[in-house]
Amino acid sequence: MSIVNMNAVSKKFGSFVALNNIDLQLNKGEVFGFIGPNGAGKSTTIRILLGILQPTSGHAAIFGKDVWKEAVAIHEKVAYVPGDVNLWGNLTGGEVIDIFLGLKGKIDKRKRDMFIDRFQLDIKKKCGSYSKGNRQKIALIAAFASNADLYILDEPTSGLDPLMEQVFQQCVEEVKNAGKTVLLSSHILSEVEKLCDRVGIIRKGEIIETGSIDELRHLTRMNLVIATTSPILDLEKWEGVHDVQQSEESYRFQVDADKLTEIMKKLSSYGIERLESKPPTLEDLFMRHYQE
Amino acid sequence: MLFHSVSRLFFLKWKLNKVNFLTWAFSVVLITILTASAYGGLYKTDQERQAVAETMANPAMIAMVGPGFGLDHYTSGAMLSHQMLLFTLIVMAVMSILVVTKQTRTEEDDGILEIVRSLPVGRLTPLTASLLFTMVLNITIGILVAIGLILINIEGIDAEGALLYGMTLTCGGLIFSGVAAISAQMAETARAATGYSITFLMAAYLLRAIGDVSNEMWSMISPLGILIRGEVFVSNKYFPVIIGILLFMVFLAFAFWLNDHRDVGAGYIRSRNGRERAAKYLMTSLGIAVRIQRTTIISWFTAMFLLGISYGSVFGDLEAFFENNEVIQQMLGNNPDYTLTEQFITMLMVVLAIFSTVPGLLFFLKIRGEEKKGRLEHLLVRGTSRIKIVTVYGTISVGGTVISMFLAVFGLWISSSAVMEEAIPLINLLQAGMAYLPAMLLLIGVALFLFGWLPRITSLVWFYLIFSFIVVYIGGLLNLPDWIVNISSFAHIPQLPVEEWNNGRLAILLTVDIIIISIGMIGYRKRDAAG
Repeated sequence: MSIVNMNAVSKKFGSFVALNNIDLQLNKGEVFGFIGPNGAGKSTTIRILLGILQPTSGHAAIFGKDVWKEAVAIHEKVAYVPGDVNLWGNLTGGEVIDIFLGLKGKIDKRKRDMFIDRFQLDIKKKCGSYSKGNRQKIALIAAFASNADLYILDEPTSGLDPLMEQVFQQCVEEVKNAGKTVLLSSHILSEVEKLCDRVGIIRKGEIIETGSIDELRHLTRMNLVIATTSPILDLEKWEGVHDVQQSEESYRFQVDADKLTEIMKKLSSYGIERLESKPPTLEDLFMRHYQE
Repeated sequence: MLFHSVSRLFFLKWKLNKVNFLTWAFSVVLITILTASAYGGLYKTDQERQAVAETMANPAMIAMVGPGFGLDHYTSGAMLSHQMLLFTLIVMAVMSILVVTKQTRTEEDDGILEIVRSLPVGRLTPLTASLLFTMVLNITIGILVAIGLILINIEGIDAEGALLYGMTLTCGGLIFSGVAAISAQMAETARAATGYSITFLMAAYLLRAIGDVSNEMWSMISPLGILIRGEVFVSNKYFPVIIGILLFMVFLAFAFWLNDHRDVGAGYIRSRNGRERAAKYLMTSLGIAVRIQRTTIISWFTAMFLLGISYGSVFGDLEAFFENNEVIQQMLGNNPDYTLTEQFITMLMVVLAIFSTVPGLLFFLKIRGEEKKGRLEHLLVRGTSRIKIVTVYGTISVGGTVISMFLAVFGLWISSSAVMEEAIPLINLLQAGMAYLPAMLLLIGVALFLFGWLPRITSLVWFYLIFSFIVVYIGGLLNLPDWIVNISSFAHIPQLPVEEWNNGRLAILLTVDIIIISIGMIGYRKRDAAG
């Protein structure tokens, strides 16, 4: 069952096309990574899902309900953490957490105190004196301590230290194990790689790739290092071979995943002395999509 | 090397803040010159001016504007320095506080100071550059005011007094820029820094008020109390200016010392910890909206009450005053069936109604500020509907307007009954005042409409209010055509007690209010809710 369903959603601001025909499905119980460079349309997509922005065309639904018309009903079961958490300077962290939880109904005090403890937040301080990371903690505590079926997290860890980053990752794992759905937009690719079942890459308002990280790897290139007994003189010209770097004894290059069998056959005729292969990291994937 | 690159940073500050500079300088100079020439036009004879002097010689007025020097020979100059100097000094003080805080602690909060300090720049350079900027601003205003006052060439406003008037204003600004510089070192956030400085300003004003009506000693501890004792245009004393400059230098030295002995981002007064848990009332959208404006709300209610009291305090000598002044009679629209005092009340009620609309609009427009800062989203994504949010702010706005008007009228009644032989019944005043509610509601409706459909220009509603003020306040003098006057909602309210209560007109206005508010709400439901 799909929790989030976006169908050909476009959003224009005046003549600027922020989103162009976005299709996105999130299934129940999965953690979906949403990656893309700044200004690609991640936050716009998320704000449409939250019913804050109205799509120019297309249809978006959460829990099968229209995100624009039934925003209030949907939000009862959604927890949201914005990337830039702006709070009221003269209220304390504790007060804001209570306000956020109180707006959604009854506060589960045990859960609230547990998350305050895990994220190690001093809740007596005024929000005006918190750092970015601490403001993010407030939003995270309010999100995880609430009772939600869908968590929409927009770059939630950009200000957290590595220790808190780890706590965050545990929280996401727990939410996932409880069968909840998570939409995680992030720049920290190692985090996405570790947490997400599926990934969507957005660029200039269009989703250019979706799939599990393994699936995406198939779409991209393999890194190979090879040493052969006889030299390969025209390696650059082979179909499916890219970025050849030659050192004294070895060649370092990338191979298109779908050409791998063919190329390996050809290579073996040169007498392989040594062969290393590395799967592409998400970063390789990411870079490949953005540098073009 | 504490002051390395001061000039470079000063020019950067100038580049970044020149609009701010020009706006302040232009407004203060313009207001002073306009008021001075208005005195010249309003009160043409000695007799008229002496009548005004009579209305000034009571404790309420003295507490408000200071002791009247030269009341026995009340020239235009004496009037200007008595009625305007203190208020203009407060404006200069607020200006200096805002400018200094913005350029020091706010930049520190935003992390800009850190970047600047990582460059080859002296430790005291940023503060010095900001204070230089403020000094130039204050001196410019002083000079322009002096020149302007000399140029308008009004009897009783001489060159020496004009120069002293300008210098006094500069001094006031400088003293409070020093106060703001100290606060910026003491506090941990810009918000707290502004709070300390404004508290100091209020204390200075109150101390002076107490001193002026009781023991002058108290006034002499207050910078404001000292500055107005230059008796500008009356006996032109220079000691306040000298004390002012000395005080500024002491403050400056202290601010520098404090700045030199602290870390970037730190303050000497640690901000107090607050509550760990939210009170129950806070966990509602209404509770939050009230709580985040609490200080503003309380300040406005107090101000409106005091305004009412001050207006009421002049009622004792009103008749004599009006008899002598033709311009005022013309403004009131001289109707032989009613006493001038009654006609004055109608005028006063419109003015109070317009003033009471100011807090009402501010309370509503907060919603736009919250939206721009992305804080409305916190509520929107947690099951609060847009209609509810806009209703909450609308309710605070309407409630705030009603309470403001009530407090102003109540204050007017208290002080007027104290000075009049035959007091006006509270109920009559309340009826006359509250009749303006439909007109005030229309302003809030327009704000809500703009917020719903044209959020970027929501603040244009202020122009409508200013327009209404001009129309009702000096419309009579300008002989404006009816259709222009009728654009103002305030023109459609029956002016009690001189005019009769008119159910029909009020009902029509109320209907228009409801329609415009509903359309505005529909607009907000339909638009993108991001800032």
